[in-house]
Amino acid sequence: TSHLRSSPFAPFPSSWRSVSSASNVLAPALDREVAANTATMSELLAHMGGLHAAARAGGGAVAIARHRSRHKMLPRERIDALIDEGSPFLELSPLAGRGLYGDDDVAGGGIVTGIGKVQGRLVAIVANDATVKGGTYYPITVKKHLRLQEVAAQCRLPCLYLVDSGGANLPRQADVFPDRDHFGRIFYNQARMSAAGIPQIAVVLGSCTAGGAYVPAMADECVIVRGNGTIFLGGPPLVKAATGEDVSAEDLGGADLHCSTSGVTDHYAQDEAHALAIARDIVAHLPLPPTASAAAAGAWQEPLYPGEELRGVVPADARRPFDVRAVLARLLDGSRLDEFKTNYGATLVTGFGSVYGQEVGVVANNGVLFSAAAQKGAHFVQLCAQRGVPLLFLQNITGFMVGRAAEAGGIAKDGAKMVRAVANADVPKVTVVIGGSFGAGNYGMCGRAYSPHFMYMWPNARIGVMGGEQAAGVLAQVEAEKHRRKGKQWAPEEEAKFRAAMTAAYDTQARPEYASARLWDDGCIDPADTRQVVGLSLAAATANVPRISTNSRFGPFRF
Amino acid sequence: MVKKLLVANRGEIACRILSTARKLGVPTVAVFSEADRRAKHVELADESFCIGAAAARDSYLRGDAILDAARRSGADAIHPGYGFLSENAAFAEACAAAGLAFVGPPAAAIRAMGDKSRAKEIMQAAGVPVVPGYHGEDQSEDRLLAEAARVGFPLLVKAVSGGGGKGMKLAAGPADLREAIASARREALASFNDDRLLLERYVLRPRHVEVQVFADGHGGAVYLFDRDCSVQRRHQKIIEEAPAPGLPDEFHRLIGEAAVRAARAVGYRNAGTVEFIVDTDADAAAGQQQFYFMEMNTRLQVEHPVSEAITGQDFVEWQLRVAAGGRLPRSQAQLAAVGHSFEARIYAESPRNNFLPGAGTVRRWRTPASAETFTNAAVRVDSGVREGDTVGTFYDPMIAKLVTHGPDRATALAALVAALRQTQVAGLPTNIPFLLRLAAHPDFAAATRSELTTAFIARHRDALLAPQPVPDEVAALAAVSRHLLAVRRQAEAEAAQGLAARLGPWSSGSSSASSGGAGSGGGGGGGAGSWRLWHSHRRTYSLRHPEGGAGGAEAAGAELHLALTVLGGGEFMVERTSSSLEAAAEAAAAAKAAAAVAHGHHKQHSTHKPPASPSSPSATAAATATAATAAAATPAGLRVRGASLSPDGGRVVAEVNGRRLEAAVLGSAAEDSGGGGGGGGVPMEHTLDLWLSDGEHFHFTWPEPTWSRKAGAGGGTAGGSVASPMPGRVVAVMVAEGDAVSAGAPLVALEAMKMEHRVTAPRAGVVESVLAAPGLQVAQGQVLVVLRPEAKEAGAKEARPGPGAKAAGAA
Repeated sequence: TSHLRSSPFAPFPSSWRSVSSASNVLAPALDREVAANTATMSELLAHMGGLHAAARAGGGAVAIARHRSRHKMLPRERIDALIDEGSPFLELSPLAGRGLYGDDDVAGGGIVTGIGKVQGRLVAIVANDATVKGGTYYPITVKKHLRLQEVAAQCRLPCLYLVDSGGANLPRQADVFPDRDHFGRIFYNQARMSAAGIPQIAVVLGSCTAGGAYVPAMADECVIVRGNGTIFLGGPPLVKAATGEDVSAEDLGGADLHCSTSGVTDHYAQDEAHALAIARDIVAHLPLPPTASAAAAGAWQEPLYPGEELRGVVPADARRPFDVRAVLARLLDGSRLDEFKTNYGATLVTGFGSVYGQEVGVVANNGVLFSAAAQKGAHFVQLCAQRGVPLLFLQNITGFMVGRAAEAGGIAKDGAKMVRAVANADVPKVTVVIGGSFGAGNYGMCGRAYSPHFMYMWPNARIGVMGGEQAAGVLAQVEAEKHRRKGKQWAPEEEAKFRAAMTAAYDTQARPEYASARLWDDGCIDPADTRQVVGLSLAAATANVPRISTNSRFGPFRF
Repeated sequence: MVKKLLVANRGEIACRILSTARKLGVPTVAVFSEADRRAKHVELADESFCIGAAAARDSYLRGDAILDAARRSGADAIHPGYGFLSENAAFAEACAAAGLAFVGPPAAAIRAMGDKSRAKEIMQAAGVPVVPGYHGEDQSEDRLLAEAARVGFPLLVKAVSGGGGKGMKLAAGPADLREAIASARREALASFNDDRLLLERYVLRPRHVEVQVFADGHGGAVYLFDRDCSVQRRHQKIIEEAPAPGLPDEFHRLIGEAAVRAARAVGYRNAGTVEFIVDTDADAAAGQQQFYFMEMNTRLQVEHPVSEAITGQDFVEWQLRVAAGGRLPRSQAQLAAVGHSFEARIYAESPRNNFLPGAGTVRRWRTPASAETFTNAAVRVDSGVREGDTVGTFYDPMIAKLVTHGPDRATALAALVAALRQTQVAGLPTNIPFLLRLAAHPDFAAATRSELTTAFIARHRDALLAPQPVPDEVAALAAVSRHLLAVRRQAEAEAAQGLAARLGPWSSGSSSASSGGAGSGGGGGGGAGSWRLWHSHRRTYSLRHPEGGAGGAEAAGAELHLALTVLGGGEFMVERTSSSLEAAAEAAAAAKAAAAVAHGHHKQHSTHKPPASPSSPSATAAATATAATAAAATPAGLRVRGASLSPDGGRVVAEVNGRRLEAAVLGSAAEDSGGGGGGGGVPMEHTLDLWLSDGEHFHFTWPEPTWSRKAGAGGGTAGGSVASPMPGRVVAVMVAEGDAVSAGAPLVALEAMKMEHRVTAPRAGVVESVLAAPGLQVAQGQVLVVLRPEAKEAGAKEARPGPGAKAAGAA
């Protein structure tokens, strides 16, 4: 059951929905093999569910027990205590770090990041997981931390750092410390965001050693919990080695010292629950987000067809195409889409709809991109940029059309138009890979390199410069050529082995868990959750932004 | 008729009198203390006067101030109600002297009945039976033995100057008598330096039966039948009924006529009640129950509505007519008792906490929809409080009377039970659950001769005060209600700040415009609810259930530990856990993992496949992840579906384990929850009240911790502070800062409701600060003392119990 919100602030009949015709309602049509599709997806989901459960287990039961014995909460428990009861938490990249360091398992990259709501305000949260390698920063930890800061800066979200970390992972300092996007960038970002009026708040719940000490020190306000929270540039072992001084961690950098003597921290907390309560109080005093709202939606209509059906949309046989409108019908408010250029460049579906009342321009693949489709995409993206409408990309793309006719038709310059439009459209963008994401199609459809505000993959999604079989074919031809030049014969079984190895490598690297582990995306999602994830992402990207830009500038399009 | 009536009282009786006056068109004047400025009775009166400070002796007991108000308002009559000045002969005389009609008996009658031994002499002379005894000057043992034989056994040997049970001995038969006399004499001499004794028949199983009488100034006197008020605790009546059940018609007439004789004997006028003891052991074969005069109450009594109900009269109207010099409206022949009536007194008190008086703000006051107020009806509720009123401890804790009337006792009693079930009170403790158990007790319904005595409550104490069980389904509903109310409160805050529109799917309790859609999503709306990526959100709640667990002076109540998993779309899973079980489960999991490590079987990448569930793989994954902890705690949780709050937030509906439950619900008010994170503030106690459709009321509380932000401020959480259980005045502080105290040690003595209450240490510790001093008036929940645990370990407070120690041992 749902109740109409009755608010004195009830907005105007919020969106186009109430004034648009009924002819924009999408049909419920699903793929004919829906049962088989759903079964295949269920296996993928079970597999993914297992991976995520393992990631949530952090450093394992022993480390968790040790952690608890210090009266510490687990990172997700801390987040639950911090955010408003009954509100969502949009966790980003939970599979980060998976399989990156051989036997060194860094579950979740040793850090939990995401967006949550505190006192009615959206905030970006970083929580170290001290059960994973003492919360030390592996390269992927740094990358995930920086990614969250990037999201926060892009969406103007106040940052809350729940610090419990041993600092840089010393054996890997070369991959963590010196480069531009390494550890130091965290503090650079804090300084720049703070200057831009994005609040930076640190809650010290464990150690903040060496570089880590700068997270609270660079924060606008910081809280420290007595007993467990410590901040120092050099820990007791380093002090002993450097000066011979014997000092306890508490005396060297505990809450009493920093709140009473050094002034490094601002708020003294009696325990973790208190520290998080103080953090909530701090957020309550932050200025309210700007009131001029592009998305003045107070009410919306749910899609006409249940989101769970999205698990049956994608054919079990990946080579069989499907109509992306079946996805949109389960994603958009009221299953409504006002299509733009329906009959032109029909392998790309473009149009206006809304998600939780937020108006959105949809760019969705429905086959290979031809010149016409690319031009249509470029046109539509420009339209959205000019109107300040956020963009939603649904990727299922094997690439731009190849072949003599296509090249002669100027597919390269038409593809470039779309890429240029996407790169320069200065509006919030959310990308969901619902199928393949190959080649330049990835570019034109706002892949990672195009800095979408958020990017997610379905469990069936694949990403790569090309498909495994095609890559193996190309490489086998190159390899065969090499053999020929050397006057050697390439045995067919050798070639078959080569092809199989290449295909396998490409297929592994194209999988969402591989991508997520490396932060090529912001996480793999259950298709049934797509509406929520997209809605939360769009709202996060717009809620704190005074006004979506309508001043996008584009360089010369090649005609 | 009275021209203008001043009501010198407060609460329900003032309201009761004022409404009849209004009905009769008599202009009214109320008086009020500073604590009652906004009270209901003030609102009901045409004009009103403040007569002093909150304490009764500074206001409602100040005859001069009341007479002054009468003079200023031009009132020509004063109705004293009951209590306060109602039986004060001097005040009655002062009224007469001021030319005002006192709505009550003449001062002489009050005086005559006020002196208990003189009253007995008068009664004896008038042929009203009194308890047989010997009050003579001859104190020789022979005389006492002889008189004892005349009085009959069992009998009490009492010291003439006695009191408080000292010098009082029971002699069951002649064999005990000599020893009883000797023993009583010794004690009397030692205690009072006066060894004179008296003898009195001891009524073993007494019933308390009283007769309503009325007399006018024209020689008219009638009885309006009798009432049974046997069900008492500590001499406080709880449930009364009319007529007294199980007695022959002849008895009603005899006792009524005796009461009229008693009234005439003292020249009585206006309403009065003659109380009798009925000896249930008396030889019923003789055809007569034995009854003895006890005393006369020279006023309108609390329980008068039951007699009004069976006679169909308005006694206040009678009172006003008689006070104005009129005749009684009816003669004895014109009066008849019709049907049966019950009254239950609703007190602000905690029966399971030794009937400790309670106080607070009435956050909910719902009475049966069919009930009438201050007038005869099948269901009648007389009350002096409204929703939003504050009930303090300055005055009597009785806040309302529930009265039912039916053709016979069984019907009236069933109506009483039903009415109690339809009565919802929150914000302060009440005896309603206790009344319900009492009214529904089979022995009470049977009203047998041996059962319906003043000892009823004492005898059935265990059953009446037994802990209230919380069925699993109710516990699940409580957890879900708590969650939904929290979300709702957040939604209200967001709406108030104008945030809701911007937050879209993030907004709390966000809604969708139509219910036609597929509408997945949590929080009872189309928003994202407690959505989590690849797992379901789980939270744990601890609820205190004051009516559960052991009762008595400690009244520890019970603690409920609940784990709520939010599945979205109004679906939940609720497990009833115990914190120790959860800790044990975690420790076991840790030990298991440690063993696995030791054997080199630790597989971090185990991609265990949970049983594929097409409906909700996220939930399946969550279930797998939490299986280790959850399974050991409770094997099966309860599935809750379709849980939602009504638009006004006052009702919760949910299907719990397939059973549809609906309850009225009330959580802490939003304005109550300002605290949190402050320094040394009053710890906030959250409340959750559920009234199920079967009438069962469940009350839960949980503390919102507060901490000090000061460095080294010690314990800090609410657990360290000891708060006042009720409003009252501090009379003594037994500890000083720095004292080490053991659990149960008295810390502060409070005076409230003329009783002294000890606030004790909930556990051992060191007194960190004392925030009370003798003479200080404190509010309920005000922190009196802050204790620091003795353990040295810092930060080791309310955090989870440390399973780590066990795990380490296991590893």
